[in-house]
Amino acid sequence: MLDRPDPTTFDGFVALADDHLILGHRLSEWCGHAPMLEEDLSLANMALDLIGQARVLYAHAGEIEGAGRAEDDLAYLRDERAFRNCLLVERQNGDFAHTMLRQFYFAAAMAPYWAAAQASSDETLRALAGKARKETAYHLRHSAEWVIRLGDGTEESAVRMADAVDSLHPYTGDLFEQEGPTEVFPERTTLKREWEETVARVFSEAGLTVPDLPYPQIGGRQGLHGEELGHMLAQMQYLPRAHPGARW
Amino acid sequence: MTLVAEVSLRERRAWTAAAAVPDPEVPCVTVADLGILRAVREVDGVMVASVSPTYSGCPAVLAIELAVEGALLDAGFDARVERVMSPPWTTDWITAEGREKLRAYGIAPPVGSAGGKRALFGETSVPCPRCGARETEKLSEFGSTACKAHYRCTACLEPFDYFKCI
Repeated sequence: MLDRPDPTTFDGFVALADDHLILGHRLSEWCGHAPMLEEDLSLANMALDLIGQARVLYAHAGEIEGAGRAEDDLAYLRDERAFRNCLLVERQNGDFAHTMLRQFYFAAAMAPYWAAAQASSDETLRALAGKARKETAYHLRHSAEWVIRLGDGTEESAVRMADAVDSLHPYTGDLFEQEGPTEVFPERTTLKREWEETVARVFSEAGLTVPDLPYPQIGGRQGLHGEELGHMLAQMQYLPRAHPGARW
Repeated sequence: MTLVAEVSLRERRAWTAAAAVPDPEVPCVTVADLGILRAVREVDGVMVASVSPTYSGCPAVLAIELAVEGALLDAGFDARVERVMSPPWTTDWITAEGREKLRAYGIAPPVGSAGGKRALFGETSVPCPRCGARETEKLSEFGSTACKAHYRCTACLEPFDYFKCI
């Protein structure tokens, strides 16, 4: 663990918002490319939920900071090292198995998170949690069904899902790194057991093995990212940076 | 006494104007049918309408807020819209009349209550809004808008939208 000052409430809201914006943007990259129309709609719908949740969180972070930064300033005008998202959400889409497994890992962590966040000391987080809890339940069911269908599917789909587990599982570590003070944000370490149980249950149905990785990759919450985040931000932030104040 | 009655009459008139605004994506129902118009009250001469978003990322939220504000302005009030997040909107707030309008429009209304996790996914069968048959199958969890799933009736073979519990 790196030696660093305790994160503040502002940092926590930004980190949580970054998780949702980055994953939402990744899902939006599928728009028009998904393997079938129904999944194109599903991915875009989940992207909308995540970006909608991110907007509430960024707007609230801006209010807490009190420096006049609005949601768009936080989303578009920060550099890669200022992003505090966990590493999992920035991973590239890969094939459909990678995308669905990434969604499953994230939703399985957020389902107990939003349930716990309903006891937060922060009114906005409590209100958002009431909404996001149900939205996440749909994301979890949808992605878990695909993990099972592909893992327990054809020879090729099973190989692809197993490959996705090998490449993404090492990036699940900082899903459980605390993003801010525990009176506001649920304690992430206590959510890990429920996440592990959900993963074990779904993997056993899918015929997948949970990898044993004692030292997962971490660093996202400290702003240490893989190079793919920079590429994504370059595309996502291009327009508001090239044309400041653009409206349409 | 007179003053109170007068104010509440103004508020009731304002409610009637705001309540008639149709949902932009499901125009067969109004914001009152859906239960997203929470209240209209007068604060210092301005009608403040409280509106709850359906989904966090619902792209219609802003359009709905502008339409409600517009309806109040058209009715002759100074108006403002307030977004209310808590308590979160649930499909349980869709009125009986709203459910019937959805069904008549070809969208199956939510089955059961969204009270708990089990209830959320407990839709054992969604009756076909066209022929009423209970033999239907889910095609996709996510439909043409955030609030709907996609189903097909195996009796009349028509595909249809289901307004899912949340």
